[in-house]
Amino acid sequence: MNLKRNGRQWPLEGNTRVPYWVYSDDEIYAQEQERIFRGPSWSFLCLEAELAKPNSWRTSSLGEMPVVVARDGRGELRAFENRCAHRGALLCLKDRGEDRKIVCVYHNWTYDLEGNLTGIAFRRGLGGQGGLPEDCRPETQAPRKLRVATLAGLVFGTLSATAPALETYLGEAIIERIRRVMRAPIKVLGTYSQIVPSNWKLYLENVKDTYHASLLHTFFTTFRLARLTQKGALIINDSGGGHASLTMAADSGGREYEQAGMRTAQEGLKLEAPELLQSVDEFGDGCGVQIVAVFPSFVLQQIRNSLAVRRIVPQGLGRTELIWTAFGFEDDSPELTEMRLRQANLIGPAGYVSMEDGAAPGFVQRAALAAPELLSVVEMGGSGISSSESKVSEAAVRGMWHAWREQMGI
Amino acid sequence: MLPELQLAILDLNARYAQTIDDGRLEDWPEFFTETARYVVTTAENFERGLPLGIIYATSRAMLRDRVRSLREANVYEAQRYRHMVSLPLVELGPDGAARATTSFMVVRVMHSGETSVFASGRYRDHIISDANGGALRFAERIVVLDSRRVDTLLALPL
Ligand code: FES
Ligand SMILES: [Fe+2]
Repeated sequence: MNLKRNGRQWPLEGNTRVPYWVYSDDEIYAQEQERIFRGPSWSFLCLEAELAKPNSWRTSSLGEMPVVVARDGRGELRAFENRCAHRGALLCLKDRGEDRKIVCVYHNWTYDLEGNLTGIAFRRGLGGQGGLPEDCRPETQAPRKLRVATLAGLVFGTLSATAPALETYLGEAIIERIRRVMRAPIKVLGTYSQIVPSNWKLYLENVKDTYHASLLHTFFTTFRLARLTQKGALIINDSGGGHASLTMAADSGGREYEQAGMRTAQEGLKLEAPELLQSVDEFGDGCGVQIVAVFPSFVLQQIRNSLAVRRIVPQGLGRTELIWTAFGFEDDSPELTEMRLRQANLIGPAGYVSMEDGAAPGFVQRAALAAPELLSVVEMGGSGISSSESKVSEAAVRGMWHAWREQMGI
Repeated sequence: MLPELQLAILDLNARYAQTIDDGRLEDWPEFFTETARYVVTTAENFERGLPLGIIYATSRAMLRDRVRSLREANVYEAQRYRHMVSLPLVELGPDGAARATTSFMVVRVMHSGETSVFASGRYRDHIISDANGGALRFAERIVVLDSRRVDTLLALPL
């Protein structure tokens, strides 16, 4: 592996040290767009349920690159760059639409839902004057097409012809954890987004940091939703980029956090309306919290009965949009839907748990700007990136850096 | 035209906003009935009939829990709001409860002094008066945000 890029050298310690310039270097950011998001990685695009009908489309992205995801007239899923072959305008300006064709508003060039250029306004000119020369081939500048693959109702895409198949990219163990949650046809409950004031990697690291959850989030610890003392597992795939963390709902009732004086264990804190946390073991395996995150842009969350996907969209060095879509299943009872909606108070920008994850990456971003050459310490659980029972570990964060360095060639 | 009721709701909204902006969060649940619904959602969800809330409370007790959590549990940077609230549009519902729609804008001021337009939207309210002819309270307040996007986090209520 080439250790240098832009004169930037990865620390000799390997994945247990992360230099702060990864969050603050413009050139690194631009290279990530090219080598990761437009390179051989699979990005999460949307839910299949959002494209239920033929001849419908919605917009998404590969990193900063705008993308259209469509279900064509034959029911096939397609994805292509949201950029007109002519002068490069966005083809779709809205979040979603239904039509057999897409018409660029700028000069009316038209496309089918596979992303093929099918019509050029006044191509032969008018009255024998103007128009495109016979030998002009604007099709060569057509929007780039993505490879599209689905897994259990999730739609992923990549621009790369050489990226491994999605199944290989995810690995069997991660696929199993995804299928566990996506067990039936889903029903979207709603969506919203959140601007995280940090580099995109700091948010993904937060999700992969199994060590922080019970130390940052009072709700997790006080109400014994996810303590490090609860049984569980950390699963990491071969590339390091995909992980699943599991926390069993059963709790020993131990007082380790209280005895250690942890801020997040607040014995005095009681809920006047405990129905907020009322839940059922809908998957029948006793697992209370399961978080799956796949480099570079995907999170699937099960916190009790609160289910959601999150799409991570970088919007510049220090700004990331996090797009949440919460869902249940078509066969949910009204009571279960209500339970999911109440538990959704834990997630999102106002979530008792997730509001803190919106803020913490920004705390790092603000401090790291002034220390580009210094290193953060990622050594909980040693230096490995393999699966383990313990979550007092930063192995999944190291796994992410392993995948990042591989794709960046650093 | 319901000038008297409109004036009363105008006053209710003003006191509601002032309570939050003054940081008197413990008084905020008192603006609601015991079984009130308070939901913060986006215009997109609202118009598509999707039930997800950014905040989803179905009782006054849940609002008190939120205040307690903000005071004792959650980690967020010190901040304040300034609400600007429009005249309410008021109708009487078939059940005798007032239906009011009011536009709002909230400026967020961080401890650093950084000031930004944080949220805009409309309140869609069901308002009833106490059995003993007392104060007006929200039986339902749906906060419909114009934007789907929240900057960093939504800690204090809207
Ligand atoms: S830019 Fe699309 S038609 Fe000209
Ligand atoms: Fe977290």
